[in-house]
Amino acid sequence: MDFTSLVFYLFSAILVVAGLRVVTARNPVHSALALVLAFFTGACLWMLLEAEFLAITLVLVYVGAVMVLFLFVVMMLDINIEEMRRGFWDYLPLAALVAVLMAIEMITVLAGERFGLAPPSPKPADYSNTRELGLLIYTDYVYAFELAAVILLVAIVAAIALTLRRRPGRKSVDPAEQVKVRRADRVRLVSLKPQKAEAREEEA
Amino acid sequence: MPDLLPALPEIFVLTLACAVLLVEAYTKNGYWSYALTQLTLLGAAVLTVFTTSADTVYAFNGLFVDDLMGDVLKLMTYLAAIVSVVYSRTYLTDRGMFRGEYFALLLFAVLGMMVMISAAHFLSLYLGLELLSLSLYAMVALQRDSKVATEAAMKYFVLGALASGLLLYGMSLIYGLTGSLHLAEVAATVDFRNQTVLAFGLVFLLAGLGFKLGAAPFHMWVPDIYHGAPTAVTLFLGSVPKLAAFAFVMRLLVDGLHPAVGDWQQMLAVMAVVSLVVGNLAAIVQTNIKRMLAYSTIAHMGFLLLGVLSGSYAGYSAAMFYVVTYVLMSLGAFGMVVYLSRGGFEAERVDDFRGLNATHPWLAAVMAMMMLSMAGLPPFLGFYAKLTVLQALVGAGWLWLAVVAVLMSLIGAYYYLRVVKVMYFDAPHAEPLVPATAAGDVRALLSLNGAAVLLLGILPQPLITLCAYAIQASFR
Amino acid sequence: MEFFQELLGPAWTPVWTLAKIVAIVAPLMIGVAYLTYAERRIIGFMQVRLGCNRVGPFGLLQPIADGLKLMFKEIVIPTGASRGLYILAPVLAMAPALAAWAVIPFTDTLVLANIDAGLLYIMAVTSMGVYGVVLAGWASNSKYAFLGSMRSAAQIVSYEIAMGFALVGVLMSAQSLNLVDIVNGQKGEWGMLEWYFLPLFPLFLVYLISGVAELNRAPFDVAEGESEIVAGFHVDYSGMAFAIFFLAEYANMILVATLTSLLFLGGWLSPVPFLPDGFHWLAAKIAFVLFLFLWFRATFPRYRYDQIMRLGWKVFIPVTLVWLVLMGAVMQTPLGYLFH
Repeated sequence: MDFTSLVFYLFSAILVVAGLRVVTARNPVHSALALVLAFFTGACLWMLLEAEFLAITLVLVYVGAVMVLFLFVVMMLDINIEEMRRGFWDYLPLAALVAVLMAIEMITVLAGERFGLAPPSPKPADYSNTRELGLLIYTDYVYAFELAAVILLVAIVAAIALTLRRRPGRKSVDPAEQVKVRRADRVRLVSLKPQKAEAREEEA
Repeated sequence: MPDLLPALPEIFVLTLACAVLLVEAYTKNGYWSYALTQLTLLGAAVLTVFTTSADTVYAFNGLFVDDLMGDVLKLMTYLAAIVSVVYSRTYLTDRGMFRGEYFALLLFAVLGMMVMISAAHFLSLYLGLELLSLSLYAMVALQRDSKVATEAAMKYFVLGALASGLLLYGMSLIYGLTGSLHLAEVAATVDFRNQTVLAFGLVFLLAGLGFKLGAAPFHMWVPDIYHGAPTAVTLFLGSVPKLAAFAFVMRLLVDGLHPAVGDWQQMLAVMAVVSLVVGNLAAIVQTNIKRMLAYSTIAHMGFLLLGVLSGSYAGYSAAMFYVVTYVLMSLGAFGMVVYLSRGGFEAERVDDFRGLNATHPWLAAVMAMMMLSMAGLPPFLGFYAKLTVLQALVGAGWLWLAVVAVLMSLIGAYYYLRVVKVMYFDAPHAEPLVPATAAGDVRALLSLNGAAVLLLGILPQPLITLCAYAIQASFR
Repeated sequence: MEFFQELLGPAWTPVWTLAKIVAIVAPLMIGVAYLTYAERRIIGFMQVRLGCNRVGPFGLLQPIADGLKLMFKEIVIPTGASRGLYILAPVLAMAPALAAWAVIPFTDTLVLANIDAGLLYIMAVTSMGVYGVVLAGWASNSKYAFLGSMRSAAQIVSYEIAMGFALVGVLMSAQSLNLVDIVNGQKGEWGMLEWYFLPLFPLFLVYLISGVAELNRAPFDVAEGESEIVAGFHVDYSGMAFAIFFLAEYANMILVATLTSLLFLGGWLSPVPFLPDGFHWLAAKIAFVLFLFLWFRATFPRYRYDQIMRLGWKVFIPVTLVWLVLMGAVMQTPLGYLFH
């Protein structure tokens, strides 16, 4: 076994263990962190396959952004873990059965040479995966790429439409309003004439 | 530089949908968005008419196809969307949903349908479907304080995501088999030596399709979502997307997997029969008219599949004619439910229609026409729709299926006629049902809708010819 | 060198790599230590105070005294803290700050790993730094720490977007993600006028300010607040555990300063055509940017939290987007050379 396959099996083992931890961890924050580890290991596996752009993007998007927000939510949830966990292991026999069945089905269908695919030939050293992907995305697949962008836009619109509530009586101040304030709006300088000068003189 | 001209309507709708968002951000007045939405749909219709030709044009490196079937279906989509927007105006205003977001989402949904209709690639098929579904989930959930609507949106979302997963899985298996995502190339290279993988992929694809169409045995979500969603949304999602769903089936099965027609015919036959039985039988016991119409949708989707599975031009054009007919009828039926609802009151029980004839004979007549047409009685449009499908089915040698379909339609006639009976022979409610604020244009459009169902039923030939011509031109 | 290579045999590669890593990390750590000294002295000067001047000549031994003090302090782990994560958090904060240095070039030949997607790698690695902050806040099992970590994590995630967009401008100009190529793209007969900070001026500003916000430094240092949440996410840490957060913050400062110098200020290139290029230019530029950071801290009042979010989302992101579109459009015209 050469070094690359050793690394592959190591990462695969970590990935599987992390995946299991996602499901079995008692604490949801630990689950989320195990998912982070799983993503990271997945990225490492892609790196082994020379798909460096995908690998780095996986880390950048999923580990660096999505999971952080996910962790945010999970941390702030007040979940009764015992309640959630009750009966968790009772499902194990059934789940295991289904999993084994599915695995057998998949193996019978997908195993062997059914698809007739050969491993791709290795690329030269100066081959830039990022450039090639960029060229494809912005030329041949620009339609699909734009559609994906529209889907994301719809997701944003939906999220805002469903959650943004303008409650009356909020006390937060719009900074733009604050910046616009001029001195004249707040302070009025009045030049007062000295009054009752004679009274003061008398006191003196 | 890709040739953008064939996709001009899509680009137009996308641009103006974004404009609707901006208008909403700066005006806070739903009427501007409403007007702009109608203008967008009209403009798209004009553009589509101008770019129509009998030739099939590919664009964007073969991800996009513009053919006659697509153009006809798109025109029907705009029309149905315009009608549904007009119908739902008062309903939305009453419930505080008359906002730019609703219209923007609706336009994005229309865009998704257009993409599905002119997809020539697994990617564009899937992305169009997701765009449509995502917009619909959000529209269902838009009535935020309604528990039923939120629950419906949740169910819709979870099941829809599952269905998308199945569909994608099927697509990836087919991709593994053929090495291409272009539907035309898939059709050219589908490998018959590998029947196992092909069948496996097909099962996943059809299960996903069944979910999206709402065909049994993947129909569980349909009644809950139709019932739970705000009626205006039900009106939209129960009618307009069926056109795109039909196109989806045609693109996937006929454009992409026609060589495997023997395989998918069998599976579709099972789905069609189960849909017909489940839809018609379950509809009988419903007291809520939205649920009843939901089950009737399932049955209608069964009929649609019957047309597709006959595997001939006659069958495809019959299915297309059927889907156009169905959209017209369901627009009218749901439109009436929306029309009779008012602030805080949903006219969603069958009982709410009691004695409608005594107070509003014309509305009752329109509703009766819809019901009779759905039941498939002559001389209404629904009769010819069912007839052409059955003809195609018998022509392709599926006699037993035709017999099942006729039997089930007879059973189905019972619950449609029950609505008619309730309207004409039961005593009316003490309080008036129709809201005082009912808008004139809605009433006129509803009347027009009813008239269309009747007149096209008397003179169905132009529509049938159009569908047949479109199918012939697109699937040479 | 060949002698050692023979002596170690197959172990040579890892040992040599390790030596190179030490050669980068050790000066970095010394830089961090003296950055804290510089901060105190410079801010002291700006505020007309003396700053630290007791330990050694001019107080030069002060960082070492601080380090010794922290090392001998006890690391307290609060009751109810999640022990494993509590210890892991500082490591997670420190590791990305160091890992990013693997691809930083010091001159056009002196770089540990000259990889093609260097810029992407840096963005990915630095985006992971936020885990240290989030976990420290959560694992401490304290409301102050938790609120502080929420604040700084939200701030970091928000500004990362604007920062990423600013970097897109750089890679559009350089047509490469490789840091050496990016610096070489700024070479030209006009010296400093060829550097990217001129054509990309708005992006340069956005990057610099977002960098400060990413670092949670003044005027964006709301993660700390004496009156509300004390020291923020690391309020419960003491001894070396605290010191590691501190080191990570300053190592990140140096990293952001280095990146700014490489991406916008021409890296090791000389500002005037008649002087030779070299590492000393890079060092000078880094020192200049670091001085800016200290200057900001001494000068500006703090932002309010909602103002920070507004600045990030409603000002910087639109500005970068508009500039990118403008750039893309101009690059298609004969005037495109302006951006190369």
